[in-house]
Amino acid sequence: MKIKALSRSSSSQQLPGTGVSRTPRNLNPELHPFERAREYTRALTATKLERMFAAPFIAQLGNGHVDGVYSIAKDPSSLDRFASGSGDGVVKVWDLPTRNETWQAQAHENIVKGICWTRDKKLLSCGSDKTVKLFDPYNTDSNTAPVGTYLGQGAFNAITHHRHQPAFAAASSVISIYDTSRPSSSPSQTLEWPTTVDTIRTVSFNQTETSILASAGTDRSVIMYDLRTNSPIHRTVLNLASNAISWNPMEAFNFACANEDHNVYIFDMRNMKRALNVLRDHVAAVMDVEFSPTGEELVSASYDRTIRLWDRRKGHSRDIYHTKRMQRVFSCAFTPDSNYVLSGSDDGNVRLWRARASSRQGVKSFREKQKLEYDDALKARYAHMPEIRRIARHRHQPKTVKKAGEIKAEEIAAIKRREENERKHSKKGLRKRRAEREKMVLADED
Amino acid sequence: MHDTDAEVERRREAEARQKYGRGQRVRTKSIRDKKLRETLKRVEEKNKKAILAARDAEILQEHDAGFLEPEGEIERTYKVKQDEIQRSVSTETGKKGFKLDLPMGPYLAEYTRNGKELLLASKTGHVATMEWRNGRLGCEINLKEMVRDVKWLHNNQSFAVSQKDCVYIYDRQGVEIHKLKKQHEVSHMEFLPYHFLLCTTNPKGHLKYVDTSIGHIVSEISTHLGPTTAMCQNPWNAILHMGHGKGQITLWSPNSSTALARIQAHRSSSPINTVAVDRAGKYMVSGAQDGTLSVWDIRNYKRPVDSDYFTHRPASSVAISDKGLVAVGWGTQVSIWRDIFGKMKIKNPYMSWGGEGQSVSRIRWCPFEDILGIGHSAGFSSAIVPGAGEPNFDALEVNPYENVKQRQETEVRSLLNKLQPEMISLEPDFIGNLDLASAEQRARERDLDRKPDDIVAKLTKKARGRNSALKKHMRKKGQQNVITYDKLRLQDAIQANNAKAKENKERELERYGPALAKFATNGK
Repeated sequence: MKIKALSRSSSSQQLPGTGVSRTPRNLNPELHPFERAREYTRALTATKLERMFAAPFIAQLGNGHVDGVYSIAKDPSSLDRFASGSGDGVVKVWDLPTRNETWQAQAHENIVKGICWTRDKKLLSCGSDKTVKLFDPYNTDSNTAPVGTYLGQGAFNAITHHRHQPAFAAASSVISIYDTSRPSSSPSQTLEWPTTVDTIRTVSFNQTETSILASAGTDRSVIMYDLRTNSPIHRTVLNLASNAISWNPMEAFNFACANEDHNVYIFDMRNMKRALNVLRDHVAAVMDVEFSPTGEELVSASYDRTIRLWDRRKGHSRDIYHTKRMQRVFSCAFTPDSNYVLSGSDDGNVRLWRARASSRQGVKSFREKQKLEYDDALKARYAHMPEIRRIARHRHQPKTVKKAGEIKAEEIAAIKRREENERKHSKKGLRKRRAEREKMVLADED
Repeated sequence: MHDTDAEVERRREAEARQKYGRGQRVRTKSIRDKKLRETLKRVEEKNKKAILAARDAEILQEHDAGFLEPEGEIERTYKVKQDEIQRSVSTETGKKGFKLDLPMGPYLAEYTRNGKELLLASKTGHVATMEWRNGRLGCEINLKEMVRDVKWLHNNQSFAVSQKDCVYIYDRQGVEIHKLKKQHEVSHMEFLPYHFLLCTTNPKGHLKYVDTSIGHIVSEISTHLGPTTAMCQNPWNAILHMGHGKGQITLWSPNSSTALARIQAHRSSSPINTVAVDRAGKYMVSGAQDGTLSVWDIRNYKRPVDSDYFTHRPASSVAISDKGLVAVGWGTQVSIWRDIFGKMKIKNPYMSWGGEGQSVSRIRWCPFEDILGIGHSAGFSSAIVPGAGEPNFDALEVNPYENVKQRQETEVRSLLNKLQPEMISLEPDFIGNLDLASAEQRARERDLDRKPDDIVAKLTKKARGRNSALKKHMRKKGQQNVITYDKLRLQDAIQANNAKAKENKERELERYGPALAKFATNGK
């Protein structure tokens, strides 16, 4: 008779003199019952933990400004410097790692409408006192006189710098292009749509397709210009005016515009008849919008005192940030590493937020990283389960925002109902339905 | 013939799928939606990779299962005695077969989930725990009252004892830590380790689930089937199998007040003495008072072989090992059967034990070992049964060699992953599946003001054979001496039908004429 019985020596499981015990695996499914149920439970726990660790607000920077913060600009060649402009004409430069102010100057007599950095790490600011001022915050002390001053015909509302040429565009009722390499303080060229006279609110250089320039004005128009031909290309009129334009850094032809009608629209500049996506969640005018450096996400600041973060492909925000003290938010930006978000609001504070509310930036051990990755995979796998979806989606909103959202939803439903009723009682084909992504476009001209 | 590489590869994949596959593959070719097709293709590709990787990881498993093989025509495995086995295996393994002479009468025995510790309880109140491999005694208490059943809880730190009046929970030092007053006169207990549920049943047929992590009673069910005579859990889906007086076995979950299934397991309608389910939840073995032992495939509620097995005395205890050996304790003996779940009826048992005058009260397989623990009237015996245990354990699931730190971590992790009682169902992997009820149907169910289905309209529309659906309904349901509006309408509909049939018949008669009248149908 051949006889063999199992024999494992217990000493082989933990080698003598070590505290490390071996962990043999056997992947036979029979040894692992309730696989799905246990995975689901883990996914649920991971989702709950994510919400428990969600602490988006990090800090406000320094002591903030005396007046509201109406513009923010990050230095494109640095990870940790950025500037903010205030309602009392003061411009401050901040250092992100220390969260302190490094430089400041009284740039204008009243509100600083726009700021931007040049490629040689100098700071440009424009205001309603019809001047653009050039500072050198890296090499000069605080409250020193500007390095240069450029004069314009009207009050400036926005400013943007070219990707690599020493040129910037400032917007009043026309767009004036200044060449910083020349000593002249007057514009080298001006751009305007021949038939418009209204104020231009925002202007933005495309940083990939570098000679393209987009602007939005109070006449509700979004206009594209080309520097090479020195002429406007295209004009689209939307239902309401836009407040800010941000080009997608990864897809040069797409841009987002923050609109007065509470929505953010993402357009393809090659086809302006319809939007690529409509981001709707805000309950007041959107004041600023910016793409993340990855081009996958957006941040928007709104007059409803909240900041929202968006996935570019989805129609609703993935997160809402607010604090009790934050007032109307006029500007926002992603940091260049896309891990943080900055916001400037009416209460004079510049706030620093996490781009992912529950993520932490510290050094992680391999096991910790592995766990987080595993949890993410589980959350994605069971995202459709009602309990998990409910927990993952839940956000606390300020009462006013929640109420306003409810009222808005009711109003929209009423409008829709009315339209449908009108359609029912009118001749067939007379009132065609328009796609949600086309509704905002009023007119389109070349 | 020479196999091509592709064929070898295909066979390898098929083998891997057999063992590690999770259900059917998605047929991606017939999906029209491009995006969905690509996504599912990617998922399928990943699954395939995982299955093959799992199969390839088998090479890392270090132990092979034991065996007992006859070398000649004359040798029979069931004739091999324990001392012969002990002589031929290694000394360390040989020491695992031992005998404890305990005077206090029939003993119950239970192993912890990792098989490291043993819990012994005599029916007269002597309870002891021990690390059986090195013979170290954990605790020993004399309760001085009747013990009906014992069970380890999730690890070796606590166990439950069903005593004369109610269930008590003791810690590893033998200190009473809880008294479950509501579990009264409990005859059988089961512990569901992933749900942390202690299930108890009593001679009145009440089934209670208590969550041992928070102490709440999760569910109380009255079976209405008389006293429960046997109980076991299906380790694959946490369903309880309960045996009753008339040869019936019922399946229970805490979510349903009625049995999920009833099986007439034994033809003779004699009481079920014992029942056991294998670890993959595929087969059930039960022994009844009339000396039959029946095997069931509980995936389709059929018997693999149509005839029963017999024991000379009624089976007192049945247990199924990791590798599918079935041990049956009857009278003073234990028979161990192999390949009992196949299509062929087995003539002789694989091994046998006993016949020395001690009546067997409970047998349990030690997990991950080739050991069968037998509690009997003279104490406890540990028998070596080669080829019974799972040779390769998974240390991240249940670890027989865990140290204190590992045990503590496992406890915390298993509490975090505790499954909710609502997840217990016959199909354990139903979670995360799509609810295929249409949106329309769900909306209808949600709508409290919905119109009730019109029975008359439904029945008149129904395609029928010889018998009218209306008439059938009236015959089955309409005989009560109650006149309702629906009933009147049904009667009207039947009359209308009859009138129509009569008219049809008359028309046909007229058409066929007197010579062919007998070919006219009755009008329906």
